[in-house]
Amino acid sequence: MPGKLKVKIVAGRHLPVMDRASDLTDAFVEVKFGNTTFKTDVYPKSLNPQWNSEWFKFEVDDEELQDEPLQITVLDHDTYSANDAIGKVYIDIDPLLYSEAATVISGWFPIYDTIHGIRGEINVVVKVDLFNDLNRFRQSSCGVKFFCTTSIPKCYRAVIIHGFVEELVVNEDPEYQWIDRIRTPRASNEARQRLISLMSGELQRKIGLKVLEMRGNAVVGYLQCFDLEGESGLVVRAIGTACTLDKLSNTSAFLPACNSPSKEMKEIPFNEDPNPNTYSSGPSTPLKNQTYSFSPSKSYSRQSSSSDTDLSLTPKTGMGSGSAGKEGGPFKTLLRQQTQSALEQREFPFFTLTTFPPGFLVHVGGVVSARSVKLLDRIHNPDEPETRDAWWAEIRQEIKSHAKALGCHAVVGYSESTSICEEVCILSASGTAAVLNPRFLQDGTMEGCLEQRIEEASPPGCGFCHIPYDELNMPFPAHLTYCYNCRKQKVPDVLFTTIDLPVEAIVVGKGCLIQARLCRLKKKAQAEANATSISNLLPFMEYEVHTQLMNKLKLRGMNALFGLRIQITVGENMLMGLASATGVYLAALPTPGGIQIAGKTPNDGTYEQHISHMQKKINDTIAKNKELYEINPPELPEEIIGSPIPEPRQRSRLLRSQSESSDEVTELDLSHGKKDAFVLEIDDTDAMEDVHSLLTDVPPPSGFYSCNTEIMPGINNWTPEIQMFTAVRVSRLSNINPTNQTLNKNFNDLCENLLKSLYFKLRSMVPCCLCHVNFTVALPEDELVQIAVTAVAITYDKNQALQANKAPTEKSQQRASTDNEEQLQFPLELCSDPLSAQPFSPAKEVLEGASSHSGIPAAQRVLKSHSGSWFRAGTSPEIATSLEKASPLAEGYLRHRSVPSCTNSTVSVVKMTPLSFLPGAKITKYLGIINMFFIRETTSLREEGGVSGFLHAFIAEVFAMVRAHVAALGGNAVVSYIMKQCVFMENPNKNQAQCLINVSGDAVIFVRESELEMLPVQPSTAAPQPTSSAGDVTT
Amino acid sequence: MSGDTEDTGETLGTRGDIWGHCGDIWGHRAAPAAGMSSDLDVFVGNTTLIDEEVYRLWLDGHSVAEAVARRLRGGVLEREGTSVAVLQSDTRDHYRTFQMLERLLHVPPRLLQQLLFQIPPERQALLVQRYYAFDEALARELLGKKLSKGTKKELDEVSARTGVGIRSCRRQFDNFKRVFKAVEELRGPLAENIQQLFLLPPPLARDYAAIVFFANSRFETGKRRLQFLSFADFAACAQSMMGHWSQGALAPEAAEPDGDLPKSFLQDLKELKVLVTDKDLLDQHKSLVCSALRGKISVYNELEASFKALSRALVNVGGKLTHARDVRDFFVDLVEKVIEPCRSDKWSPGDLRLFLTHYTAAPRNLPGFRHQALWERYMAAITACLLRMYHD
Repeated sequence: MPGKLKVKIVAGRHLPVMDRASDLTDAFVEVKFGNTTFKTDVYPKSLNPQWNSEWFKFEVDDEELQDEPLQITVLDHDTYSANDAIGKVYIDIDPLLYSEAATVISGWFPIYDTIHGIRGEINVVVKVDLFNDLNRFRQSSCGVKFFCTTSIPKCYRAVIIHGFVEELVVNEDPEYQWIDRIRTPRASNEARQRLISLMSGELQRKIGLKVLEMRGNAVVGYLQCFDLEGESGLVVRAIGTACTLDKLSNTSAFLPACNSPSKEMKEIPFNEDPNPNTYSSGPSTPLKNQTYSFSPSKSYSRQSSSSDTDLSLTPKTGMGSGSAGKEGGPFKTLLRQQTQSALEQREFPFFTLTTFPPGFLVHVGGVVSARSVKLLDRIHNPDEPETRDAWWAEIRQEIKSHAKALGCHAVVGYSESTSICEEVCILSASGTAAVLNPRFLQDGTMEGCLEQRIEEASPPGCGFCHIPYDELNMPFPAHLTYCYNCRKQKVPDVLFTTIDLPVEAIVVGKGCLIQARLCRLKKKAQAEANATSISNLLPFMEYEVHTQLMNKLKLRGMNALFGLRIQITVGENMLMGLASATGVYLAALPTPGGIQIAGKTPNDGTYEQHISHMQKKINDTIAKNKELYEINPPELPEEIIGSPIPEPRQRSRLLRSQSESSDEVTELDLSHGKKDAFVLEIDDTDAMEDVHSLLTDVPPPSGFYSCNTEIMPGINNWTPEIQMFTAVRVSRLSNINPTNQTLNKNFNDLCENLLKSLYFKLRSMVPCCLCHVNFTVALPEDELVQIAVTAVAITYDKNQALQANKAPTEKSQQRASTDNEEQLQFPLELCSDPLSAQPFSPAKEVLEGASSHSGIPAAQRVLKSHSGSWFRAGTSPEIATSLEKASPLAEGYLRHRSVPSCTNSTVSVVKMTPLSFLPGAKITKYLGIINMFFIRETTSLREEGGVSGFLHAFIAEVFAMVRAHVAALGGNAVVSYIMKQCVFMENPNKNQAQCLINVSGDAVIFVRESELEMLPVQPSTAAPQPTSSAGDVTT
Repeated sequence: MSGDTEDTGETLGTRGDIWGHCGDIWGHRAAPAAGMSSDLDVFVGNTTLIDEEVYRLWLDGHSVAEAVARRLRGGVLEREGTSVAVLQSDTRDHYRTFQMLERLLHVPPRLLQQLLFQIPPERQALLVQRYYAFDEALARELLGKKLSKGTKKELDEVSARTGVGIRSCRRQFDNFKRVFKAVEELRGPLAENIQQLFLLPPPLARDYAAIVFFANSRFETGKRRLQFLSFADFAACAQSMMGHWSQGALAPEAAEPDGDLPKSFLQDLKELKVLVTDKDLLDQHKSLVCSALRGKISVYNELEASFKALSRALVNVGGKLTHARDVRDFFVDLVEKVIEPCRSDKWSPGDLRLFLTHYTAAPRNLPGFRHQALWERYMAAITACLLRMYHD
């Protein structure tokens, strides 16, 4: 019995009137955990009851602690009839189960009812006493930390990144057709909420077990989703990246062992896949035999219906015995071998991370994706997870082979999704094929031995752009050129990825949100016929989405996409595709050529004229966009002649070893030309429409930028003001005879209008940037399209931006960076005192080695970014320790502050953001993940303000419940917040509607940087208090 | 199960209140919306967006369509380069937010405690202040009226007279009534109670205290001869009366609510009649005042002539306050019997002030008059009222 859960019910407030006669309520509370229930006394005749209960103690094992939520039900006592439920609170106690997170959950929680929404609040205190029980055969995984954040959390350091973990659990859906129900809607909603909560807990525990097996202690990039399959069941599945994290205060913990590299020299077969593709592989297994004979190698039987694709992933220690690293061997091969050996033993070398520690990402191959169409009513044994496991295993296998075809051993920025319509389900997976630095992947291997050379081979500013595949044996046709940054390696002409822009990447100008939108009609059909027609459509959709993305990218004069997410949604009679990504201009890649239009009937004069008119429009748009996004890559020849500004010259002294050979220049000139201009052939009206639609995308109004990645390339002076929001729109594509064209246009308009509307709403925040713009599309019914957007608007300081731009070297090229304070710090230091870069001699050496054939400006950039990152590497432990010292203080200080605010009964502010950081603030502690699932239903839709009123209230309630839970954990923000699902159904004739929302994120404590600076100086004085509370209050 | 039947009842009960008001506002939209499409369109921020302009329009009782039209006229389109559809969607979002907030605005402390909307404190204060701010013209119309359903039905006329939109009139009326109900039974200073319960800024709370005071005592304010008095005049009078006469003014832990004038005090006022009923006292009082004012006042002759009438009026007004029916005439009497005669005799405000000062002070020297403290307490408020009311 390794745990004791203690719960105290303190008080309630603002309860609804349950007794019409007295206008009062006789409330009491039931506290349930597992199968044990306690009750408080009835507090008669009050809307603000003070129960002040004893401590209710539950003695439970930790497996139960992980799976079960704490259920608190507030009821109205009724002497003569059944007690009426007022509402419930579900509390996930997981954050209390690991030592570093929260120690107590205490605060006001909204009392939630699935029919009435929030009905008052209840004050609860929850504690857990864990007994240390080192049972080897335990089923629990207490202590494994979970993070939704898809990067290494800010106050941790990754010792090892183990790799992919996944799990899937299945259960019967307590209510899959809500309209045809027999029991009360409340009962079935609650059954469903409870079940999903339970399944989430179980899933998390099982994933935790896998992590422990791999000897990790955390899951980063944890993404849990549920699939409402309907009759065949309810699936909760999750993926994540197992890591061993080290709290940054622990400076002593890590002792790298210089193991020798693996002896295995297996060469990777490149052309395994006959028809690979950089950006997307078509639906490779359209409708495979449904009785797929997957034989799970499960011999042990846990009574639970868990999935186990049985990954014995634990890296075997001592695997790298043998000869030491071969000095003479070509580096790339060596690296590949080592990475391979590190990854080979993993069934799926996938990483759900999108941002990586410096040096982790060596090369990026491109986007790999796989989709497959399945029929849910053909699942052999729907209550067991095997079939779904097999489906996903199949898709992952495919992703893996695509990555291999790109010369990569790993897939980063990996994610999975489904789209379900009736009995058809599209499973999708996508990620970015990459070559990784093995030193992070297992215990100490390579550390020290190869570190230097890895850096050498891939200058961080451009290294990831260099092709990982064999130039002579390319998996797909592509124009390769020498890297514009280092001149040493080949790079592709465009690069698509699903990851965030690497911090060290050298970017020209600013980035922008690019979307491809597409509708395809499909005949209504049943079962296999339906699945076949869907899988036939998929490759065309993928192709068109890619074409649109490519065109729009070129139209903006950019050459790379980050954060690419292609969503294909299936409906009754159509498929919709929505791809979002952030376009940037990578300095390492060639300047994109323009778009050229070619007509098919060259002899027609007016047609010719029309074409040339269009061509002009396109050219104008490109020029305008270049100006808008400040894309003015350095004019190479001019720079080589020599810049008149003395300062860069001075710095060039450090980089003496560049060759300024003229043949290099001529080669550059060649690739500069229009030779690789993109030609659009207009051979029919469809194509014409496409070109038109290209030009309809309106740039955001001035003062606004938008991106779907964590950070906006080219903006780094964020102010602390943020506004996270969710917008949902449902629109009817009401055409009597819809065609693909009209649907496309409608869909396009819908998205554009939604964006316009966002810009208008947030106009008071200008200048600002919408970051992490996340669109999700659903087709709830015939002709109905639902779009949900979650994003965060962050203001930035325009004046500072201008100043930064004025600095000559900053003019066109800027490093992307998440840490703005560092961003500000390093260039300044570098500029003011070039010698300050000296102590970091590795940087210089690397530079000299790496950029011996490059042009000056590029090299300058390298120095800057490079030494910047070195600088960071060097100082971060110090920063971290000082931060760590400050943090308990900061926490106490926060707590202290929150006490009076509680007595004043004002609500503490909780920030929410989809990003992993808060501008101008330091995250001092991660308190655990928030993973919440709510159902709301109404039978009085009109009275609640119609569908909009209903959903508006519900989303506000969801936010409120998330904030309350975070505040109760002692936190003041949620980072990496995501609304994973928003399923809305309505039946206006019956005046009914129902909505399901699933959200998650990481609860954290942050401290404003301004406060942080104050803390060590005057730790005991109360002086900073007023300022800090004021700061707290402003947002 | 019992749950289901109870549900619908509950739903209609509480939700009806919440959305009852919005029925009006959305009414015009409901019909086309049902036929056309479901048109769901919401925007929810973690920090609740409050657009002051739209809040104003909502408070003024404009429908969404009217609000959009007004915003268009304001030139938003040109400034922001957006479309009418965007403006409509934005306005609807704000209206929904305000309607959800309205329930909380009825109990402002709950707005501070609630968890549903994250609103910075200064924004919360703004929401409350604007919600409880009222049109003085409307308040003037309603002063002294019973805040009943009957009065609410007459709001159409009031709206027509004052030019305040009917929806806004109803909202403001409901505010008056809500504040009235909330403090009716409470002890202690009225304005402070209101300030605490509704988190209003002190001046606004004082105005509400006046409204409650008037509604409680049902003073007549609608007579033609009182039309020259503004809401601010009456509010100032109410404040003086409460300040000097209420029990709270003497003992903070008073037994009776502040809005009611203490019965014992009103009863005691009858004792003052001796000043006008006793011929000797009246004469002595007159000579004391006249000798003090001789040469200091421009209307000395008029004063001498009208002293007895004025004194009778001033004393009798107080004596009548024990009868609820006569209380109603308090201001009418003051105007009819004091202000109008003085005005026709061309007293300047300074004359009146001087007169009242000496008139109040003089009885101290009257032999056999033992109610000086009571007299001064009574006259303090009367003086303040008269001086405030003495204008054109």
